[in-house]
Amino acid sequence: MQGVDIIATVFMAGGAFFMITGAAGLLRFPDFYTRLHATGKCDTLGEVLIIVGCMIYQGWSFLTLKLLFLSLFIFIVNPTGTHAIMKAAYVTGLKPWKKGEARR
Amino acid sequence: MGFKSKGEKAFSMIVTFCAMFIFWVLLSAWIIYIPQHYDLIEISKGIICALIVTLISHELLVSKRGEKVLLKTLRLIPYLGWELWQIVLATFDVAYRVIHPKMPIDPRIIEFETTLRSDFALTTLANSITLTPGTITILVKPETGKFWVHALAEKPADALLVDKTMQRKVAHVYMEE
Amino acid sequence: MIETFLAIGMVIIFTILLSLYRLVLGPGVFNQIAASNVIGTKVIVLLVVIGFIFERPMFIDISLLYAALNFIATLLMARYLERGEICKA
Repeated sequence: MQGVDIIATVFMAGGAFFMITGAAGLLRFPDFYTRLHATGKCDTLGEVLIIVGCMIYQGWSFLTLKLLFLSLFIFIVNPTGTHAIMKAAYVTGLKPWKKGEARR
Repeated sequence: MGFKSKGEKAFSMIVTFCAMFIFWVLLSAWIIYIPQHYDLIEISKGIICALIVTLISHELLVSKRGEKVLLKTLRLIPYLGWELWQIVLATFDVAYRVIHPKMPIDPRIIEFETTLRSDFALTTLANSITLTPGTITILVKPETGKFWVHALAEKPADALLVDKTMQRKVAHVYMEE
Repeated sequence: MIETFLAIGMVIIFTILLSLYRLVLGPGVFNQIAASNVIGTKVIVLLVVIGFIFERPMFIDISLLYAALNFIATLLMARYLERGEICKA
């Protein structure tokens, strides 16, 4: 492995760590709203880090440009989707979890 | 949006068409990268696609002629850098709360009002709130600039209610203080 | 370098399996929609990684398309649950 590959591997390992954390948060947190915190943040950064790792491995080409579009798209779209689901749940009247209640 | 003058409609259509065609060229460049493949048929395919998209959605991209677009874009760049750093901090914060065995969370819903009115400013602030530590936007009322935010603990809620750093930064970028 | 991509792909599949728990058993329909959105965004990255494993750049175009479709699907599901209809007749 050369230097570029090592940098790409470090980025992708960081992304994999954040994705595992997001999935663990999706399983561990007590209710719907707090679960979206885990998925909305950890997953966004994890996915973008993996794509950045691929960009570094690829070097300068049109493929890199497409991957850049993809990461920008994820940065805009992922919070918006989270926001849409959360708004639907809040408008429908799903009560948020308070400290001390049982998990659901 | 239907009552625009003819000049504004032509302006928004031309801008949308140019943006869509440049986007098409960038996306399909790896197929037609070799110069002799840039023939008329390939280019006309792209022009037809861009025309269809322009006819359907020219009102979405450019709704009206903006003021001081260049200055706003220049001010947006340092804000984006600050935002990237906040995203890294937010992710570490949530990862710490997930991994900690006792899960130190105390969720609550807060409300506050801002001075922002335009669509771009409200969208930027809502997405920034979602990506910064411990807060997610639930509802936005565009008429009064009111935000409902779900916060994961007391400290991130205070950052929005008391410090108001992010509101001031976004208002500075879009000049709506 | 292909080992790295294989390992990352396996980690992504593992997280998809973890999220599948919420998709199947999650209490309430909102948990299921959140899980489906999460799985969709993970699949985008999985497609990119698969493209690098097989050295086929076409997979990145597919993942761009998949990202757009996943976003629209999530928005439509949220909107349907919020208003009880997708668009006003």
